[in-house]
Amino acid sequence: MTARPLLEVDGLTVEYGQGRAPSLRAVDGVSFDVRPGETVGLVGESGSGKSTIARAVLGLTPVHSGEIRFDGADITRANRGLRRTLSARLQMVFQDPYSSLNPARTIGQTLAEPLLVHHRLRPAQVDARVAAMLERVGLPAQAAERYPAQFSGGQRQRVAIARALMTSAELVVCDEPVSALDLSIQAQTLNLLSELQRELSLSYLFIAHDLPVVRYLSHRVVVLYHGAVMETGPVELVYERPAHPYTRALLAAVPDPDPRVRSGRHDAPVAAAQAAPRSSAVGCPFAPRCAHAVELCRTERPPLLPLRGDGVAGGAAVACHRAEELISTGNDVASGTVAAGLPKDIQMEET
Amino acid sequence: MTTTKTRPALARRLLRRPSAVIAVAWLVTLTAASLGAPLIAAHGPLDQDLTQVLALPSAAHPLGTDSLGRDLLSRLLYGGQPALLAVAEALAVHLVVGAGLGLVAGYLGGWVDHLTTRIGDLLFALPAIVIVLVVLSVFPGNLHAAMVTFGVLGSPSMIRVLRSRTLGIRQEMYVAAARVSGLSDAQILRRHVLPRLTSTVIVQAALFSGVAVIIQAGLGFLGLGAQPPAPSWGGLVADASQVIDRDPWMLVPAGVPLVLTVIALMALGDAIRDTAVENWSVSKLAASGPVAPPPVAEEMAEETAGTSRAPDPDALLSVRDLTVEIGGVPVVQGVSFDVMPGETLGVVGESGCGKSVTALGVLGLVPGGGRVVRGRVVFDGVDLVGSPEGLARVRGSGIAYVSQDPMVGLDPTFTVMAQLAEAVRRHLGTTREQARERVLELLAMVGVPDPPSVARRHPHQLSGGLAQRVLIALALAGRPRLLIADEPTTALDVSVQKEILTLLHTLQRRTGIAVLIVTHDWGVVATLCHRSLVMYAGQVVEQADVEPMFVRPLHPYTAGLLAANPHQAVSGHPLVTIPGAVPPPRDWPVGCRFAARCPHAADDCRAAPVALVQPEQARLTRCLHFEELVDEGVRR
Repeated sequence: MTARPLLEVDGLTVEYGQGRAPSLRAVDGVSFDVRPGETVGLVGESGSGKSTIARAVLGLTPVHSGEIRFDGADITRANRGLRRTLSARLQMVFQDPYSSLNPARTIGQTLAEPLLVHHRLRPAQVDARVAAMLERVGLPAQAAERYPAQFSGGQRQRVAIARALMTSAELVVCDEPVSALDLSIQAQTLNLLSELQRELSLSYLFIAHDLPVVRYLSHRVVVLYHGAVMETGPVELVYERPAHPYTRALLAAVPDPDPRVRSGRHDAPVAAAQAAPRSSAVGCPFAPRCAHAVELCRTERPPLLPLRGDGVAGGAAVACHRAEELISTGNDVASGTVAAGLPKDIQMEET
Repeated sequence: MTTTKTRPALARRLLRRPSAVIAVAWLVTLTAASLGAPLIAAHGPLDQDLTQVLALPSAAHPLGTDSLGRDLLSRLLYGGQPALLAVAEALAVHLVVGAGLGLVAGYLGGWVDHLTTRIGDLLFALPAIVIVLVVLSVFPGNLHAAMVTFGVLGSPSMIRVLRSRTLGIRQEMYVAAARVSGLSDAQILRRHVLPRLTSTVIVQAALFSGVAVIIQAGLGFLGLGAQPPAPSWGGLVADASQVIDRDPWMLVPAGVPLVLTVIALMALGDAIRDTAVENWSVSKLAASGPVAPPPVAEEMAEETAGTSRAPDPDALLSVRDLTVEIGGVPVVQGVSFDVMPGETLGVVGESGCGKSVTALGVLGLVPGGGRVVRGRVVFDGVDLVGSPEGLARVRGSGIAYVSQDPMVGLDPTFTVMAQLAEAVRRHLGTTREQARERVLELLAMVGVPDPPSVARRHPHQLSGGLAQRVLIALALAGRPRLLIADEPTTALDVSVQKEILTLLHTLQRRTGIAVLIVTHDWGVVATLCHRSLVMYAGQVVEQADVEPMFVRPLHPYTAGLLAANPHQAVSGHPLVTIPGAVPPPRDWPVGCRFAARCPHAADDCRAAPVALVQPEQARLTRCLHFEELVDEGVRR
């Protein structure tokens, strides 16, 4: 795919500050892009900055530095007017289907809102559009008359998806859209998202902590840790041949739903991996938890570089000083030791 | 649930409430009578009849007369007009200033908020009644000026309340969603913030108008409003108070309308509030619908095979026919299972299937006012159902419980040491010193690095994984033989989740504790469990050892859930789904509860309750057509 990226995020840094307290860097120099019709998955644990990136793209949180471009235009600090225009093409599905719908407004009223902004439609046309979209996401048209409290989590998430698609959205940011849903409902919702993507050639920026879900839906994936990109690349490549020790640890930690594997059933050390001190300005953010960290890792931040092994365009890029030598040691050796490894030189952070 | 196309208008729904009807009737009658005073009253408010001084009610004077022989009904009605107008003026100003500034301050925040709050504080500090008196001395007898001033001075309470409510609503995700949709601030305020504030505004307005009624009467009483001999409500009370020794009756027509008006305003406020939110409030929805329990399928008494009717004497925990009701509705029905010593049993299913209620039912801790209505829970030979002493003995020291959210499970006001030591001393009866040692031992056992330092912390100083370890240590304090863990890893990050699973496994190996784990995650079942039972709509639908269940599920629900796991998915191919959703307890059908979502369902499934059968050794399924699944599995 060589089409011009729809969304480009370049060196994005977001800081949260509270008064005079030292600011917290939630996102630290993150760059990636999303091309038309493509799904890019953002994965990482809580505190990795996934949701902050989403909020920054939507203009819901101020950007400290870096640039966000949508279809070539800089929207990093877009004003309300530009955001209003933009909202027809850039939409979001929120994580929690219970709080993302106003309980005091009917489904129809909620769905009609994006139309108020962008189209001057007669009420009958709005109703028809709402009914058509409800049907498209698998809800009866009569749902428009009802209030969110009358729907289950899965149904509400369908409503939230419908709201994102009321105008002709091109990029939909999905922030953990299925993590609050049950397994069977989750599968229905994921299928709906991928059907809609095919029909409407949507792009998704798909944020989730559930790695199998991201793998199922994404074309490319960005692995985040403490606000920084650890590894990025085509989803199959990253999942099959993870190069960064953090990616390996994450993948190894997913419990395999096959009792014959019993991946977690070893009498491993029971020590907790400490929540590492907030990464220092220098060095790799993952170094405190990494079993392969050497002195260089703690003193110099590794840049995000393409892996030399498959240096073709569109390959994986990794931010690890030792990526090249680790990838040759094979994934199995590395994976087990990382997640639970407690580095000796890390002292407990007293709070 | 109203699904009708046209919802009746607010006014019509309001008038379905008796209290609202009475309140509206009083206020409308009063207003109409005041406006139509010249038509209704037989006498003018100033007409004196000195032959009828301080008379009791009579045909000529329905409410009697005052000390100058003036008709009280006439004076009351003529006085009502300025009184009602005064209240309306004060309320209007109060709403405009209070609601307007409150909304703006809460929504915009920043310096606007700062300024508004400070001005509000200043107004709060002013003695309202004194200022009103000053205004009246500048504009003598001008009740309008007085009431407008009072409306402004009374607004800080409204500003305060609305500001804090708006601050909360501004953080709601639906406001973020509206912003993403491109709505302007004004649109967001009108469409998203105001509807949520309706009830608050109405209650505040009702309270304020009640006070305004009293204040304007008070001003009249002091002779600061309408000047005598012009009639006013407050003036009537003043007149009555002067003749109270000679004619106590006069206080009734003077005071009762005041009291009734205040009560009517309050009642109307409450009724409007309830009516305005009844459409969408959750509690209202939950309370509506059928109150009687749905038709409950007669549970199969014969219980063909497998789990026999009698509790298993070898089992550590033997549950038989456990039935739990919440609010008169059965949510778990006829659940039977055994947990052997040292075994891990997984309880799997979606939300609303009764997994957690089953786990809590074992401990006699059903949430939401629910209770175990039938069945036996035999732990170590003692039946816990209906035996509070047995439960008290077993909780903590026989059976321990680990909840889903570690932060909720720990008391935020005590240190880890205090909480653990309390549990240790309660169960083991040791001295303080011994308890401290045991706590550190326990923390080390659950893999907490540097136990003495962690023991000194409060729960908010712990990460999620650490908090869950502490909670597990707390559960182990009484050396229990069974650990019930309700989604112990759901709230945790994936790498922490793995640590906790490994910890549970290791603990089990070392201590021989049995574990009953409730989960929706097949990965957890595969990793940890020996056997598993699958629950659907309050019933066990399948029970088997873990490996055979994964390889060859014998219930379509199990098969569907396994297939829906994105773990097995291939990109580009749709995920296998189960259509529909779990029915709520009120909608459980008579026949197989999964039939509506089942690809194998036939008429016989829907006809009658389906019994658990034992198709092979150590397996149970609640399916009439499990052979089809087996054939299908072979073909795959």
